[in-house]
Amino acid sequence: MAGPPRVALLVTCLVDLFRPSIGFAAVNLLEAAGCTVEVPRAQTCCGQPAYNSGDKTDAKAIARQVIAAFAGYDYVVAPSGSCAGMVKVHYPELFADDPAMRAQADELAARTWELVSFLVDVRGVDAVNAACRQVVTYHDSCSGLRELKVKEQPRRLLGTVEGLELKELPGAETCCGFGGTFAVKYPEISGKMASDKIADIAATGADCVLAGDLGCLLQIAGRLSRAGSQIQVRHVAEVLADMTGAVPPIGAPRP
Amino acid sequence: MDPTSRAFLDNARAGLADPVLRRALGIAGVGFPARRAEAMARLPEFEALREQGKAIKDHTIAHLDFYLERYEANVIAAGGMVHWARDAGEARAAVLDICRSVGAKIVTKGKSMVAEEIALNDHLAANGITPVETDLGEYIIQLRHEPPSHIIAPAIHLMKEQVTETFRAAHTALDPARAIAEAPQLCAEARAVLRPQFLAADVGITGANFLIAETGSSIIVTNEGNGDLTQTLPKIHIVLASIEKIVPTLEDAATLLRLLARSATGQEFSSYTTMSTGPRRPGDLDGPEQYHVVLVDNGRSAMVGSEFREMLRCLRCAACLNHCPVYTAIGGHAYGWVYPGPMGAVLTPALIGVAEAGDLPNASSFCGRCESVCPVKIPLPKLMRNWRERQFAQRLVAPRYRDALRLWAWVAQRPELYHRMVEVKARLLGWLGKRRGRFRALPLAGGWTGLRDMPAPEGRSFHALWADRQRAAQRRQLR
Amino acid sequence: MTARDDILGGIRRGLGRGRLADGAAGAVEARLAEHKRNLIPARAAALDPPARVELFVAMAEAVQASVARVASERDVPAEVARFLAAENLPAELTVAPDSALDALPWAERPLLQIRRGKAEPGDAVSLTPCLAGIAETGTLMLVSGEGTPTTLNFLPDTHIVMLRAGEVVATYEDGWDLLRGRPGERPAELPRTVNFITGPSRTGDIEQKIELGAHGPRRLHVILVGDARQA
Repeated sequence: MAGPPRVALLVTCLVDLFRPSIGFAAVNLLEAAGCTVEVPRAQTCCGQPAYNSGDKTDAKAIARQVIAAFAGYDYVVAPSGSCAGMVKVHYPELFADDPAMRAQADELAARTWELVSFLVDVRGVDAVNAACRQVVTYHDSCSGLRELKVKEQPRRLLGTVEGLELKELPGAETCCGFGGTFAVKYPEISGKMASDKIADIAATGADCVLAGDLGCLLQIAGRLSRAGSQIQVRHVAEVLADMTGAVPPIGAPRP
Repeated sequence: MDPTSRAFLDNARAGLADPVLRRALGIAGVGFPARRAEAMARLPEFEALREQGKAIKDHTIAHLDFYLERYEANVIAAGGMVHWARDAGEARAAVLDICRSVGAKIVTKGKSMVAEEIALNDHLAANGITPVETDLGEYIIQLRHEPPSHIIAPAIHLMKEQVTETFRAAHTALDPARAIAEAPQLCAEARAVLRPQFLAADVGITGANFLIAETGSSIIVTNEGNGDLTQTLPKIHIVLASIEKIVPTLEDAATLLRLLARSATGQEFSSYTTMSTGPRRPGDLDGPEQYHVVLVDNGRSAMVGSEFREMLRCLRCAACLNHCPVYTAIGGHAYGWVYPGPMGAVLTPALIGVAEAGDLPNASSFCGRCESVCPVKIPLPKLMRNWRERQFAQRLVAPRYRDALRLWAWVAQRPELYHRMVEVKARLLGWLGKRRGRFRALPLAGGWTGLRDMPAPEGRSFHALWADRQRAAQRRQLR
Repeated sequence: MTARDDILGGIRRGLGRGRLADGAAGAVEARLAEHKRNLIPARAAALDPPARVELFVAMAEAVQASVARVASERDVPAEVARFLAAENLPAELTVAPDSALDALPWAERPLLQIRRGKAEPGDAVSLTPCLAGIAETGTLMLVSGEGTPTTLNFLPDTHIVMLRAGEVVATYEDGWDLLRGRPGERPAELPRTVNFITGPSRTGDIEQKIELGAHGPRRLHVILVGDARQA
């Protein structure tokens, strides 16, 4: 391809509403990796809430919108394993009975990536220019881990952040209990899973917990703060993009 | 057994609040995954075997009619008899008839989930026949009049204090002052109490982990030896098995056996893996005189042509239960029937209907760990989602969720409207939550804020900020 | 319509076809007849006979079976006597009425009280032969027959098994081939029972703690005869 790769950012509905800083961190990281970044306006959500609720009709309609909005870019990158997984793994399944749409879904899927795995596996980034003098632990979000094999990449890049000490989280691969609508439909079960997760986090002695999915981070931050914990919560992109000085952690008061 | 799946939410809450269950599941939730991981580490070919296991099962299901007929012919050739049962009623009747034919008074049972499914014990008892569970876990819950809470470790929800209490209450002929606080003592007592029952039984009923079409054999996989005593000592051996237990050849069984024990308990092989073919042979000094197989459909043939066909691959290893954060949080009884955990969430609606068991496929965060440990690669989250699709299409979803979702989806297909609404919401909640950074309570969000704070949005939407940034960049360019 | 017809019909409807056509049925028949081996783990399959025997011993001991090695079958009665004394068990056992065990020099151990036959309630110790040892998992393969009643494997507290080193095979598939070779492979020619035994009886049903001797034997002792090099 001629010139730098054209990346379209899939913002994700949660980042859009709750924490645009993650979107800007993603843009910074992608530009630092030599990409140009655009943000198609005709995107709202990947459709996963409808899909996981069994509303295939709406899921397909939203998917068609996404496929159209992201046509023509070299890559589509999302700061979320669950949204990237929805496009990459589930859009082709959604259109299994529709060969024409299936072909378009496959084509988009092939270009779609979770942010950190895009940086490491596609752009070959092996270090970032960032500092964060904290003890940090990392939670593996389920979709990123199991659908997209995001495991080693964030750890590798965090290892290059100046002053950062990474402590492995026991049960890092255990679900935090967010699961989208699951968190509100089965709140006690979701709450128990969150309690177990924050107990594991606290046991590491870390000052801060990171993950690659804002859904997980809202769940974890919400439970930590309800429990009166001082442990900070951030999206891994904020640390890698050296934004920890500029943006308060998730759930913290804003100046 | 009568389902209580409709009461899932209440039962799950009760499970979460039960301190004994918490302790018991805490032990199991750590032990099982650790042992499975160790077993996998010792067998480099494990992943390849999963793929082969899946292929064997898929092939079998695609030719299930052929293999069932061949299996039947071979059972008969070996001197056994085959009874076909469309549903629970026919299965119970078949078993009762066989028991009556020899005037059976006592029936010993190896562990069988299908027997639970058809509510066999109550039926036998109502007809004057005493069923005696011999698997230690099943025996304990039989004494407690509880259903099993796990498909291979039925009493996993109990701590040893409760077993002690149960044995004291039930074994009244023994010295009340005897010491049975520790596991070795409890096991020894169960062994001593059950041995006379094994010897007195007129009929022994086992399940089957596999039915081999090539030879007309049944295979049971146990650790205690109770299944073997059950099927060897009495005059009659009845195998109660569902139709999808068929496996084509002995070699296919070997592959699946390599997957089964490792996935279930982390053992290389169970203590006793036993293959039975027909009754005793002329000249044999022991063994049953009659061998009967009751083949149970009870909803499985209907699954063959459905979007749930892949569930028929299930080996009943319980790896999915052991690795499920929901199961290990709420325990098996919350699921309300025979099959809990992820496999139960898919199978139960198929067998008793999605109206009865509707919560089961919904009470999942789709973390996907179940699918990742399933020895035959059943796509459990996808199958649960299939149930959710059926519920949505059949309007079995609560209107408040359905309407809210459809409204949200309608807006989501109108990006400019959506962006405006998100920006309004971001500004409002961002402003309200700025000082504390989070909400302890939020209207319409009680489901969340009951147990968690809600972090406040940053105050602008990404798209609004990005548009600002683009405009500022353009203005700079124009200067 | 019988239940059988209904069930098979339901399956066929689900598969979108009637009975398998002759061509397709032929392919499935062939698969059955060929009973091809699937993937065999390298663990045991890649070993020569002496290494296979060592693997068998290691795997069996790892699951709490005890293994004693003797040079020849002549040494078996002495090993039985030694074992019973070491375990503080009475010198009584029930022996499978199998010609290989009959041929052992029991007369050299006159204090051993031996009964031949199937197990009776109250039997403390049994001795049986076996068809093979499966090195892959330290598993014994025993088959029922006129000389090998199955109750000997389960009723007594202690089960002693005589295993010749030459009978140690690598995998379960090797065991199936032995079984098919034996009188024949038609169902009526197969034994009523094939037991794969891997260690003594156990349960984890109480707080996941493993206890030995649930209903089957508490002790499993293997007398391994000879050397694979001689086999």
